[in-house]
Amino acid sequence: MSTSPSVLVIGGGSTGTGIARDLAMRGLDVTLVEKGNLTHGTTGRMHGLLHSGGRYAVSDQASAKECIVENRVLRRIAGHCVEMTGGLFVQRPEDSDEYFEKKLEGCRECGIPVEVLSAEEAREQEPYLAKDIKRAIRVPDGAIDPFRLCVANAASAVEHGARIETHSEVTDVLVEDGEVVGVEVTHKSGTGPYVHGNPGEVEEIRADYVVNATGAWAGQIGDLAGVDVEVRPSKGVMTIMNTRQVDTVVNRCRPKGDADIIVPHETTCILGTTDEEVEDPEDYPEEGWEVDLMIDTLSELVPMLKDARTIRSFWGVRPLYEPPGTGTEDPTDITREFFLLDHADRDDLPGMTSIVGGKLTTYRMMAEKISDHVCEKVGVDAECRTADVPLPGSEDFSVLRDYMDDFGLRSPIGRRSVQRLGSRADDVLTSVDPNPVVCECEAVTRAEIQDSLDTAGTDLNSVRIQTRASMGNCQGAICCHRMATELAPEYDEDVVRASLDDLYQERWKGERHGMWGEQLSQAALKHMLHATTMNRDSDPAATESGVDFAAFDDGAVADGDRDAHAVSEVNDGDY
Amino acid sequence: MAITDDVLVIGGGIAACTAALSAAETGAQVRLLAHKKSTLRQASGLVDVLGYAGDDGPLANPYDGLDELPEGHPYRIVGEDGIRDGLRLFDEAVGDAYRGGHTDDNALVATYGGTMKPTARYPESVASGLVSASGDMLLVGFESLTDFDAPVAADHLEAAGVPFSVRGVSLPFPKTFRADAKLTRFAKALDRDESVESGTVRSALADAVADELDGETRVGFPAMLGDDHDTEVRDELADRLGVPVFEVPTGPPSLLGLKLEDMLFDALDEAGVRISSGNPAVDFEADGDRIETVLVDQKSRMTPYEADQIVLATGGLVGKGLDSDRAHVTEPVFGCHVPHPEDRYDWSEPEAFGDHEFARFGVVPDDELRPTDADGESHFENLRAAGGVVGGAHVAREKSASGVSLATGAVAGRLAGEDATQ
Repeated sequence: MSTSPSVLVIGGGSTGTGIARDLAMRGLDVTLVEKGNLTHGTTGRMHGLLHSGGRYAVSDQASAKECIVENRVLRRIAGHCVEMTGGLFVQRPEDSDEYFEKKLEGCRECGIPVEVLSAEEAREQEPYLAKDIKRAIRVPDGAIDPFRLCVANAASAVEHGARIETHSEVTDVLVEDGEVVGVEVTHKSGTGPYVHGNPGEVEEIRADYVVNATGAWAGQIGDLAGVDVEVRPSKGVMTIMNTRQVDTVVNRCRPKGDADIIVPHETTCILGTTDEEVEDPEDYPEEGWEVDLMIDTLSELVPMLKDARTIRSFWGVRPLYEPPGTGTEDPTDITREFFLLDHADRDDLPGMTSIVGGKLTTYRMMAEKISDHVCEKVGVDAECRTADVPLPGSEDFSVLRDYMDDFGLRSPIGRRSVQRLGSRADDVLTSVDPNPVVCECEAVTRAEIQDSLDTAGTDLNSVRIQTRASMGNCQGAICCHRMATELAPEYDEDVVRASLDDLYQERWKGERHGMWGEQLSQAALKHMLHATTMNRDSDPAATESGVDFAAFDDGAVADGDRDAHAVSEVNDGDY
Repeated sequence: MAITDDVLVIGGGIAACTAALSAAETGAQVRLLAHKKSTLRQASGLVDVLGYAGDDGPLANPYDGLDELPEGHPYRIVGEDGIRDGLRLFDEAVGDAYRGGHTDDNALVATYGGTMKPTARYPESVASGLVSASGDMLLVGFESLTDFDAPVAADHLEAAGVPFSVRGVSLPFPKTFRADAKLTRFAKALDRDESVESGTVRSALADAVADELDGETRVGFPAMLGDDHDTEVRDELADRLGVPVFEVPTGPPSLLGLKLEDMLFDALDEAGVRISSGNPAVDFEADGDRIETVLVDQKSRMTPYEADQIVLATGGLVGKGLDSDRAHVTEPVFGCHVPHPEDRYDWSEPEAFGDHEFARFGVVPDDELRPTDADGESHFENLRAAGGVVGGAHVAREKSASGVSLATGAVAGRLAGEDATQ
């Protein structure tokens, strides 16, 4: 019997998993529910920038200061999720000197290390920057893999006794005697054939305290509890390039605007973004002009982007929040700070707090703040340890050695596997024999796929975000079906097939935003492989009407008979 | 001095080869101008003609579906005669290496995804594995070869209701390779019958499969049973197992596709077709509505190729016979008109297997396969098109890619040859 207070966290993004980890480490009895897979919401749909704080150093210094603090913490506790690329704020001739100076000054005020580079020095670091740039400011920006980060937080929470339920949607918030006492969740099969719990089953989960960490969806959970949470979801597009045109985060040094950042990420670059308020975080237009804007505007900084290949685009919604009455009109002006909304104080509804605003870089700090708050509410006196204890995978860097000998993997494959797995590499890569490559573009082997299945169930999109399989140039043309067959023999063929269809469709959706030039050619090949060669578009196993096998050529005449033609002609004559 | 021929065929795939063979039959001097490896490396090696048309399919007889095809479909232009002529040229080119020519009917062939598809011609190595033939089947996959999961494929075939029982097993391959070893490495080991602890690769494999055989009368492997010595490998395995052995067509690198490419090029040699390969045709010079020379980019200089008649068989989007940017779809060599929706989001459908416009992109041929401009007038009197560069067919849906290439290649090549030798 557990006697520790129980906490129910809603939302499996960076904030929710961060909170689950923090509270579980403090000894609380934590359950996290998420309606999709981990990172289903905003966390899985961002550009992966580990902020130095430079972006906010002029307009939002409170956020900037938080960013630089957490930037250092994450490099320490989540090393296997972070690539310290460094960042540049690049000034073009038409960008104001005054703002450049303000940026420099702001960074210094916020404790962000800076260095001014001449155009020549900047181009030495990033040769594809436009020839006419004026100068740049170097800051410690980086790239962070939000998927890996979330999965590691969830894994750590589970290690500390937490229960994590994905594909479990909160369908009601239980309020008794004017107090939140838990939630009702519906375990779903999702859009795909997921096997998670019992699809369709409705479960009441009671807890001493409930945390609403659903970001852009916080208003919807608020509605279920009968309180107003005024998040202002704002969409942004991100366009993925097929290669790394830059190895440093490149920002445009000007006040604000769309399409002003390029983040190198794994084998790709991500161009971002726009900032436009939307009504519904799940239903908003995704339009071609936004993609065009990314390419056209950012090629002012890096001209080769104009004709480079994009492999797909995706959109995310920021969970922006501002206190009632602020009335900021332009969403780009809304603060990136985070807010704890204790519904006891605010709405006279004890038992639940919502956390809104903020950003991925400060997820841990947000989790710490709200965990402090929850502990106070439930009467637990325990220190936060998340800033000091590394996440699973980031504990020990002695694993960075000669992977080839250790795992029988060619060096590039071994290196990339170890980068993804961090200190778990040994355990994972030796767990399967033989261990062939499943996804060639991203160098993912069977062992990694099998490892991700532990938490993914049959959700191949979860496998994808954990491993990067099917996220490379071919967008799963070659590996989707291989990923699916990794589900067998644990799952039956019909589940394998349905999971494949689901993953294939998800890949197609984002690919459409990049379908011209090389990528249209790639998409046409993918279509040919899956529709022509595999006949997956008219699969007889998936159709109602049976096939009249006897009506088809059974090869009999030709079978082993070199005179087949002659024989057949004679017979035709006889009849 | 320009290189001069009667007919110049630009391209290196099935359509180009067929066009060249067809033109050569008329007595014309033919040259094939191939840029690089064709897309056959990515193709199954099966030769489809028509498996689905309108709402019908899988079609037992491809000719039954012709009337269901839309106006402007290449088959509507070349007709049944064109298709038959293409198949005749194909059968003559590949000889006994392919089967299916004894009947008009399609066969059903299992492919690497565990599905089956209707096809008109199939490699001899595939013949004993037809799904439209009876006989219980054992499918063998390898743990280290992720492209083909035999147990899943077997269950998939069962789910489609095949009229025999089928079972799949995953075995360790007798020899261990690197994690990223491709199928070709496995084929090579069988070709050379490399040594392993318990003997050789072939004998060890046969022994392992024999242990699994349980009354099945045919055994299938992914198409990796040898490359240079494929017949020998297959015969030895069949001999040791006492039942016929067959191959299941795979994705890239497709050995069956590559072998087909070799056969077609051998046939070109035999027919006296000259071959220039390795460089792309990039431009041309015309006098009014006649193309005089085609310019080939040979790294540092442009080499002119002269011909009386030209056949454009550079492929579709996959083969780069069609190009596009954010707003336009183009045919890059001659700038032929390629109709397409203005908004690029109308080029594809949101559903992955939707009726995509891009699948039908291509030049618009007139009655004699000359590409036409937006007003329906032919661009050039001596330019014809064949294969994937021709629009109007959704070959992936229809399972008609090879057939369209064969039929348009045969007709375009013949007409070009006749015009050139008149």
